[in-house]
Amino acid sequence: MSNIKGVPQNVEDKLFSVKYKPCEKSHLQPTPSDCARCKTKPCTTFCPAKVYVWDEEGNQLLVGYENCLECGACRIGCTYQSIKWEYPEGGCGVTFKNG
Amino acid sequence: MVQKEIVLQKQMADVIIVGGGPAGISAATILARAGKKVVVIERGNFAGSKNVFGGAIYAKPTAEIFPNFEEEAPLERCNTEHRYALLGEDDGTVISYKNPIHCQKGETNSYTVIRAKWDRWCAEQAKKEGAYIVTETIVREIIIKESKVVGIKTDLEEFYAPITIIADGVNSLLTKQLGLRKETQPKEVALGIKEVITLSKEKIQDRFNLDDKTGVIYTIAGGPMLGMLGLGYIYTNQESISIGVGVSLEELQKRNIKPYEILNELKEHPSIAPLIKDGDLKEYSAHLIPEGGYNSMPKILGNGFMVAGDAAMFVNNVHWEGTNLAMLSGKLAAETAIVALEQNDFSEHTLELYKKKLKHSFILKDLKTYRNVIPTLEHNASAFLGFYPKKINEFMEMFTSVDSIPKRQKYRTFIKNIFKERNLFKIALDMLKLLKLVWGVIVR
Repeated sequence: MSNIKGVPQNVEDKLFSVKYKPCEKSHLQPTPSDCARCKTKPCTTFCPAKVYVWDEEGNQLLVGYENCLECGACRIGCTYQSIKWEYPEGGCGVTFKNG
Repeated sequence: MVQKEIVLQKQMADVIIVGGGPAGISAATILARAGKKVVVIERGNFAGSKNVFGGAIYAKPTAEIFPNFEEEAPLERCNTEHRYALLGEDDGTVISYKNPIHCQKGETNSYTVIRAKWDRWCAEQAKKEGAYIVTETIVREIIIKESKVVGIKTDLEEFYAPITIIADGVNSLLTKQLGLRKETQPKEVALGIKEVITLSKEKIQDRFNLDDKTGVIYTIAGGPMLGMLGLGYIYTNQESISIGVGVSLEELQKRNIKPYEILNELKEHPSIAPLIKDGDLKEYSAHLIPEGGYNSMPKILGNGFMVAGDAAMFVNNVHWEGTNLAMLSGKLAAETAIVALEQNDFSEHTLELYKKKLKHSFILKDLKTYRNVIPTLEHNASAFLGFYPKKINEFMEMFTSVDSIPKRQKYRTFIKNIFKERNLFKIALDMLKLLKLVWGVIVR
């Protein structure tokens, strides 16, 4: 049912195969001052759901928390370990049907 | 009298278990079976809905908790074969061990399962035994009174019990909150990403040389992960295959690579691509794997609590075993809790029994055996996971190609090239490290 014809290369399309129940508020809160001084911004590459995108113009980290797979990589891999990371509220967020 | 009333009010359960994964549900099943009042708090819609793994559960440890699982549980395939693939950039060497006996009753070794179905089935068994499972609920806080853990707080309620089993997974916010561990570091975890790809039963069986029931496990090194602390895998399900990679978060962070690009590349490797050709993506997923092992374990018990499963870093990072360690650590925690409840003593001293049991089991023994493997590989990744795997494939290329060059000349050229690329001293040092590693695993 949730099958996607073929296996897409880009992550946005891969994420279409994932079932989410939307949460009202973000469970991911980066610390803007740390993001601004962070040179490598590794979260924008290693996040498997491409949740984090650096907005050059706005000089800020955009957080697409709705796509979060709740793995916790950003919590541990953030250069300053300063992303306030919580589980989304009970029952919402990702539901893996084939984990 | 008054005092007794207060006690009664707090005794909402004998044991609270945080997390409905393999560790928590196993503990719940054993406790409920012994007639104890157990509450499991699970954050997902159902047990298993937040869980991801590679693909297999292990028959013998599972039977210790669910004796009839082979007849009743939703299983995909029993694995009769394990293939180890060492991939070069485009070539690859595969070693396979197959033994059909592992699909016979009493001889089974491991089964592939889909976690959403499997974990849910396990939770059903716990419920049948009498455990109470609360879903869609997050434990926000551990309640401590007089330096004892006495219960937990959710968004809406408080639950009290003399024992809490913390099985909240690899991200274990609760062990951190209790100060049982420092913040996990990127080198202590691997980021696992996985794709479940739909293929017809016939295609799976033809491509992987299987029959209706049997399955194969691939452990994959090299390819897009050459020189990197990372491994790939394939598991065969009934009508899908699971393919994924687990790469040290530190590697990803340092090298600035996207994990899904590694997986994309792996799927395009000539040794892998034909296996998954024309499949459709059923689900993409990600999860962390605790790889720190023995050296990264938190404090696993104290007054009124025990820690089990991924939350305690119980993963055998060499064999990639996790569910079995989780289930059995849950069982041992439950057995300890039963003793403590009988003695009506929930002190750290009594719960030390949990650690004693773990030490006597394969869990802590295996973690100790392999304690130096990951650090050694990490420090020598370019050699052990890059240079040598490439050389093995080059050797196979040389050995299997027929080109009218005299064999002795080919051997000599091959050996000469090795020393050209890596000097004798370095090679000797590598061998020494390898010997030390093997010695550490086998002897001390």
